[in-house]
Amino acid sequence: MTKEMKLVIAGFGGQGVVVAGNILARACMAEGKNITGMVSYGAEMRGGTANSTIVISDTWIASPIVEKPDVAIVLNQPSLDKFEERMAPKGLIVINTSMTEREVERADLEVIKVNATEIAHQLGNVRVANIVALGAFLGHTHILEMSSMIGAIEALFSQKKPGLIEINDKALRAGAEVMVNA
Amino acid sequence: MSATTAPGHTETGKKLLLKGNELMVRAAIEAGCRFFAGYPITPQNEVPEYMSQLMPKVGGTFVQAESEIAAINMIFGASAAGARCMTSSSSPGISLKQEGISYIASAELPCVIANVQRGGPGLGNIRASQADYFQAVKGGGHGDYRLIVLAPASLDELQDLTMNAFDYADYYRNPVMILADGLLGQMAEPVDARPYEPILELPEKDFVLDGCKGREARVIKTLFLRPPKALVTHNMRLQKKYETIASELQLCENVQTDDAELVIAAYGMTARIAKGAVDMARQAGMKVGLIRPITLWPFPGPAFMEVAGTAKKLLVVEMSSGQFIEDVKLATECNIPVEFLGMGGGWYPTPENIFEKISAIYDK
Repeated sequence: MTKEMKLVIAGFGGQGVVVAGNILARACMAEGKNITGMVSYGAEMRGGTANSTIVISDTWIASPIVEKPDVAIVLNQPSLDKFEERMAPKGLIVINTSMTEREVERADLEVIKVNATEIAHQLGNVRVANIVALGAFLGHTHILEMSSMIGAIEALFSQKKPGLIEINDKALRAGAEVMVNA
Repeated sequence: MSATTAPGHTETGKKLLLKGNELMVRAAIEAGCRFFAGYPITPQNEVPEYMSQLMPKVGGTFVQAESEIAAINMIFGASAAGARCMTSSSSPGISLKQEGISYIASAELPCVIANVQRGGPGLGNIRASQADYFQAVKGGGHGDYRLIVLAPASLDELQDLTMNAFDYADYYRNPVMILADGLLGQMAEPVDARPYEPILELPEKDFVLDGCKGREARVIKTLFLRPPKALVTHNMRLQKKYETIASELQLCENVQTDDAELVIAAYGMTARIAKGAVDMARQAGMKVGLIRPITLWPFPGPAFMEVAGTAKKLLVVEMSSGQFIEDVKLATECNIPVEFLGMGGGWYPTPENIFEKISAIYDK
């Protein structure tokens, strides 16, 4: 990776966009990459749309603001509607087909489809759909080692919710698996 | 990146990933802040939230006050009692605190006040802004007083300046404001946890009201009625102190200004973003630099004058309709043209639109 990657993870409040962003950011840190992160703040509430934006770079980052994302991981329909048009030309969009009702319309975008919520449901916890989608993104781009992601998941949950480590690891691998089989 | 996942302890020597607001709390507690009073307002809510988590762990006191006015007056009391203390808010809340800030400045009580600025005027919005510049550096409250005003441009610097703020406050017996903005407060980036060590030799707090048994009683007051010239004398003493601060504490960063024909002047997050534009301009073969005041008061005037002696033009960028630009013009005595890029109401510059402005004015 030579230039900055501006990334957004978006979904309903409660779909774990903040946690997904946090895990991704920590994994980047572990690999010595520069990152900045911001979470949408203010008027959002459970059920409303929320997003987490991350800038990843091998060099110094000037601005944490993501106006035109290079990558969007969208977990629901309103997020697809909101971010598809804002994306940078030839960007990469990962859509959770379990929660989106239409195809991506822009022809220049690279599209990754993953039925993240269904996969999460099969794994036994719909709340890890965020991590499944993240897994699909990484399985496709390989911008980070899986071990860094797993390390980040463990670091994040080990203190307060160690019971969630296993399911999140499974979700990450299941998401990546989708890409291998695609 | 959220308070709920942030480590609730104050270990040093490790890599932290916290929001600016949370990092500020961590740095304050590390620096020995043991009293915080505040009232919620976006985009600084993580400050009281995280304070409420950390303060009890170090035996300090967290108060969610009934109002901003109550909070600032609790700071008056806590400081008079000798505590390292802090309050924080965002723009409209800082306006409410102004009366108390004036009292604290007059009483020469050390404390730290953080303003995580949002859009104004009025209730405005919750986007980042730098439109409280005048309020912070020119007064805000009534009377002839000064705050030491610090403008961090990264989380690393926010950590340093938060710790330093307590030292400046104690050393000069003066309130210190950390003038941040919603972007700095809400963003997260990795920071090495720094242990606190005083950067100044701190004087004994010989003003503290801690019970006068066995010693002469002390008085902390802001009303000076008699003799008739008492207030004049008090003001003269304050002004002398401000002169000392101005001569000792001017912090400024110059980035590639030596050979620059065009120098951008910006502070806080805007300066950080502008640095991206400087890189872009250099790559495009334009000699562009950046001057960034770290103390907004005292304003590093000589550093600006020096740049005005070598550059052909200045470009002020700020997230307001034009406040900081007045100090830039004063400091450089308008010796070279000063261009402007800025807007109030929650407008954020990007490196790209600063670069666009540079390209438009560079050869003109």
